[in-house]
Amino acid sequence: MRFMHEFRDGELGRGICTTIAEACRPGRNYVFMEVCGGHTHTIARYGLEALLPAQVRLVHGPGCPVCVLPTGRIDGAIALARDQGVILCTYGDMMRVPGSHRTSLIQAKAAGADVRMVLSTLRALEIAKENPDRQVVFLGIGFETTSPATAIALKMARREALANFSVLCDHVLTPPAIQAVLGEGGEALQGLIAPGHVSAVIGTRPYQAFADRGQAVYVAGFEPLDILQAVLMLIRQVNEGRPRVENGYARALTEDGNLRAQAAIAETMPDLRSFEWRGLGVLPQSALQIGEAFADFDAERRFALTYAPAPDAKSCACADVIRGRRRPEECKLFGSVCTPDDPIGSCMVSNEGACAAHWRYGRHRPQRGGEASAAPAAA
Amino acid sequence: MNRAGYARRLDLQHGRVDMSHGSGGRAMAQLISEVFHPAFANEWLSRGNDQAAFDAPVGRMVMSTDAYVVSPLFFPGGDIGSLAVHGTINDVSMAGARPLYLSASFILEEGFALADLKRIADSMGAAARDAGVPIITGDTKVVERGKADGVFISTTGVGVVQGGLDLSADKARPDDQVLVSGFIGDHGVAIMSKRQNTAFDTDLVSDSAALHGLVADMVAAAGLGLRVMRDPTRGGVAAVLNELAQQSGVGFLIEESALPIRPQVVAACELLGLDPLCVANEGKLIAVVAPEFAQSLIEAMHAHPLGRDATIIGKVVEDDHHFVQMTTSFGGDRIIDWLSGEQLPRIC
Repeated sequence: MRFMHEFRDGELGRGICTTIAEACRPGRNYVFMEVCGGHTHTIARYGLEALLPAQVRLVHGPGCPVCVLPTGRIDGAIALARDQGVILCTYGDMMRVPGSHRTSLIQAKAAGADVRMVLSTLRALEIAKENPDRQVVFLGIGFETTSPATAIALKMARREALANFSVLCDHVLTPPAIQAVLGEGGEALQGLIAPGHVSAVIGTRPYQAFADRGQAVYVAGFEPLDILQAVLMLIRQVNEGRPRVENGYARALTEDGNLRAQAAIAETMPDLRSFEWRGLGVLPQSALQIGEAFADFDAERRFALTYAPAPDAKSCACADVIRGRRRPEECKLFGSVCTPDDPIGSCMVSNEGACAAHWRYGRHRPQRGGEASAAPAAA
Repeated sequence: MNRAGYARRLDLQHGRVDMSHGSGGRAMAQLISEVFHPAFANEWLSRGNDQAAFDAPVGRMVMSTDAYVVSPLFFPGGDIGSLAVHGTINDVSMAGARPLYLSASFILEEGFALADLKRIADSMGAAARDAGVPIITGDTKVVERGKADGVFISTTGVGVVQGGLDLSADKARPDDQVLVSGFIGDHGVAIMSKRQNTAFDTDLVSDSAALHGLVADMVAAAGLGLRVMRDPTRGGVAAVLNELAQQSGVGFLIEESALPIRPQVVAACELLGLDPLCVANEGKLIAVVAPEFAQSLIEAMHAHPLGRDATIIGKVVEDDHHFVQMTTSFGGDRIIDWLSGEQLPRIC
């Protein structure tokens, strides 16, 4: 269990917390955003906020892959599965995300659509081979972490001339999302806990632009000690007044990232496109698009799909939660009509969603002081 | 020469279930006499009635029923047959009862291999014999291909509880101690390791086992000090603790560092994004016991092979919200929530 237990050592954690408390300058507040949903999950699961001094506030970021998909994209996937008779394969988290009228892929499945949960794109390819008379569509979602697996599937499908396989590409990019959050009042933020697994693919260089704008950046892994270490290092950067990009996840990534993964993405999904995000609106150049060379495997082209935006559920605060403007418990639906068993908003679905993480692990805790509201609320 | 009774024997190597095996005719009688009777062999079944008559012992009768749809049918450490015996014996035993008899009904899919059916029936018979709880009546139906998945099994068990024992989920009280009988999560992870879309290599086997022997020792040791027992199957330890919290109107405080979880289970759960507390078990029990009986109970459990790794994992607390809270080994605290949605379909 190397790389797990040693990063969950409570005694070391208490040591770092003491050091954090000592590093905090009197009268000074520290506001950092954990960009990635995986970090949000770790923070809630281990109750890390309660271990930090009141001066330190963590703001949940936009990095939960299913949370940021807008309602219209969910509706599109449901319609494809329901109306076109395809086998729609996707990752488990996607199954329960509600689209319009609270319908989800799992409900479409119950109503007769052939929707299958897979743990990898390779399984979707196998399903295509096992069902040569059916069209099999892989719904590819996620940030740079999951797009290489989609890229490999596209390459394998073309190499094997799998005519009944295609990809519905909803892959998005991390830097434009951070950019959008910082652009709308993120000046209250002083630092970013940058996502470890995204960075394992893209490296640490893309964050330099944020450091240049004054943000302290620390790339972190996903264990509790990783997060506490990140908080400590960000406080030190802020105290020094010298924001820069530091890599705290050297056990998994380098400055350059994974060049082979980058090449696979560049080969199959070379073009960037404008994409509507839940909470962040339409962001230019923020999503991947399947290239001409792989057009035959693009489900949007194969089934002539067009994107139709759809409004979020009324009163759902997911958009504000994703932007870090509101905390989950500040949404009036939180825990009343919206729970992980019957979610209204996307943030209540995935373990990485801020609402689900708070509901699942932390709803017994009192809210933290009057400072509960997240940083960029001033926007 | 009288040939009226002649029938070619079933081809138990290459034959398959067909619709006639559920028709009520001679083919069905043959399936029962050549597959189920030899496997289950007992005096009640051999009388060939549609029911079994037995004398009721003194005490309160306990009855429980369960359906088994596990996929795959055969898994490391067991199969759907042994599971259908162990699971229902355990449900009866959790009342502190001595299980007496089982019934079994089979829904077979047309085309199911007779060799697999025989293997499952033999496994059931062996499990029932080992447990000393005979399968004394049963039923067989066949449905068309595609209307089931090989075989589904339902078993019902009856037992008797003596000595005024009245275990119930509404009896947990603050300061009661919470025990688990051994390592958790083995069954669910063993099943997942053989699933087509989640397969991975592990040496882990299901913990499927009949717990009534352990329960008898526990009742002898703690008697009326026992409040409630439950076997954490689907939904795992998390579901059981939440059920008990709701039904008793209390909270639980669990110590993460006290939870017995094998490293392979921890690793597999990390990989699959599961919480070991939500993963199914088929040979473990959770017991809530009055604090003054906890020590004698744990000693009695340690003396039984199925309770060797038993340990106290926490206690009952007052809590109007009925939260199940856990002190994490990291030093924080968190809620242990119910499993949401359906991550592990057809685990038992």
